[in-house]
Amino acid sequence: MTRKTIKVDLLARVEGEGALKIVVRDGKVKSAEFNIFEPPRFFEAFLRGRHFAETPDIVARICGICPIAYQMSAVHALENLLGVEVSGPLRDLRRLIYCGEWIESHVLHIYMLHAPDFLGYDGGVQMARDHGAAVTRGLQLKKVGNEILQLLGGREIHPVNVRVGGFHRAPRKRELRPLAEKLKWAREAAIETARWVSTFDFPERERDYIFVSLRPADEYPFNAGRIVSNRGLDISAADYDAHFEETHVSHSTALHSHLREDGGSYLTGPLARFNLNFDRLSPLAREVAREIGLAATCRNPYRSIMVRAIETIYACDEALRVIETYEEPDRPFAPVEPRAGVGYAATEAPRGLLYHRYGLDAQGTILDAQIVPPTSQNQACLEEDLLDFVGGFLHLPDDDLRRRCEQTVRNYDPCISCATHFLRLEMDRS
Amino acid sequence: MAHRKPRLAVWKFASCDGCQLSLLDCEDELLAIAGALEIAYFPEATRGDVTGVYDLSLVEGSITTPHDAERILDVRHRSKKLVTIGACATAGGIQALRNFADVREYASVVYAHPEYIETLATSTAISQHVPVDFELRGCPINKGQLIDVVSAFLTGRRPNTPAQSVCIECKLKGNVCVMVARAVPCLGPVTHAGCGALCPSYDRGCYGCFGPKETPNAPSLSGWFERLGVDEKGLQRVYRTFNANAEPFRNESQRHDAQDHQG
Repeated sequence: MTRKTIKVDLLARVEGEGALKIVVRDGKVKSAEFNIFEPPRFFEAFLRGRHFAETPDIVARICGICPIAYQMSAVHALENLLGVEVSGPLRDLRRLIYCGEWIESHVLHIYMLHAPDFLGYDGGVQMARDHGAAVTRGLQLKKVGNEILQLLGGREIHPVNVRVGGFHRAPRKRELRPLAEKLKWAREAAIETARWVSTFDFPERERDYIFVSLRPADEYPFNAGRIVSNRGLDISAADYDAHFEETHVSHSTALHSHLREDGGSYLTGPLARFNLNFDRLSPLAREVAREIGLAATCRNPYRSIMVRAIETIYACDEALRVIETYEEPDRPFAPVEPRAGVGYAATEAPRGLLYHRYGLDAQGTILDAQIVPPTSQNQACLEEDLLDFVGGFLHLPDDDLRRRCEQTVRNYDPCISCATHFLRLEMDRS
Repeated sequence: MAHRKPRLAVWKFASCDGCQLSLLDCEDELLAIAGALEIAYFPEATRGDVTGVYDLSLVEGSITTPHDAERILDVRHRSKKLVTIGACATAGGIQALRNFADVREYASVVYAHPEYIETLATSTAISQHVPVDFELRGCPINKGQLIDVVSAFLTGRRPNTPAQSVCIECKLKGNVCVMVARAVPCLGPVTHAGCGALCPSYDRGCYGCFGPKETPNAPSLSGWFERLGVDEKGLQRVYRTFNANAEPFRNESQRHDAQDHQG
């Protein structure tokens, strides 16, 4: 039997750099390794010795695609430690800025990174030649998300306005008002997006995942909630380390997270949030989900592009709610005083659960920091998807097989730069 | 020879991906840019051709691994013009904080198996490894400036990115000076323009994300910061962020090392 090796040295259309190695023996997939070769950047190490107030600016630099997720997880962990509760309009503004990031990030992934997999293009720009109207709609929809980030954060990438306790400057009502008209258009464009992606050809592949996400008492999760799973887990962020652990494997600079209980993998991100919080979506988002055939539980990761579209509708709805009910706060932030202790928080980055823990001394200097990004949490699950699904694609010609493997990785919208602590496809068949 | 579109490549080294994302954030201009150029290599956005020669290479990220130190030589070799984008590529970025510390100790803090980690002891700017045709500053870069630089290189003119301080942008914007009026420490006087005086417009002092302006007088500014109550350790940290390894900021942070060897 001839032996052949297929290699993809660099996986395109993911944020950051990584490779994939798949070994096939006698027609069966033996192993699948997702190799993150993003150079280590050592954030957890150099946060030590910084003043806590510097944290939002520093952790934003972990990721250019979801800086708000890092800023929000950090400020909530520090507020947990400092005993500060951010409520009222400031809390709503934090939901609004997270809506901006979800819209911008989800739409980038849907139109520029993932849809080309389903329609057979190398990228969004090439797709635009045949699907010009769709790509233009995507870019304009993404722009509305970025406009929220610009107004509330100063700029789309590494916003400057988030601080422990709230914001440096709260917007005036009249500044927010022009966003409302744009968001009404965006909500319609998001509904069209959901209908458009639902027409794609989805491989019928499902797995019985352990879904993990935040679940708040009465809203769809961004910044708050218990960490829950579909297997009965129900803990606060402070108990994260007791239930999850990270291991370091030689083939990747990203750590792998597992559940301590049985060493198993778990899935975070849009599918997990949707399945665990369907009842918390806005009525419109639920209605469109049903219309495009998403049952309340979706176990097909290729359909995550549909769930991202549903979450984009939700984010537009929620952003409109905040803008329409906004009252200017008396001051843009709650006062914070340093004290010694340990603080914990988890928030929902567009691609999944993001956990932060900080230890401070009495002067507010960071003694230690722990940051577990979504890509690390999903990596074990991603490798299992490849192991499980690739066998069903082995009859395909090598080039199509490689595209299916890449698509399987892109289901996750992995942000490799954020693997703080990433793909080369190598098919080894004999 | 038939007319062909200029070939653009976008390369990534150690970074957060934010600066190349700026190109995708040009929602109104992206399809026009893609029409004027052949996007020959841009893995964040598309599969592409990694062979051949590029008319313009945009390079994001700093050099932090032995492999990347080799790779940048190949990128330079294939690029007619090479422009570095962002604080990582122009000054080593936030990951250059290791230059002031022990990288082995850093690796042991973050990783269970530091022996799996291949890294250099320093994070350095691209220009410390290969000749660079232009450096665009910012953490992140300003997308308006990026479009200007790309069009400048396509048309053969000089980019219009003035090297003045953030103070000038503040004055043009009509902001009241946060340091004079409210005693808020602000790095604007020593920081390169380009952001549009963002932080002072959001009621806070500039934190220097565009790096040092031309001929900054950082020791003088530090004197003002001291009068506003910033201690030595604070002064060291002020310059030691996203452009920590840019020479004027590096020198000034090291001047305040004396009383603090903790780093």
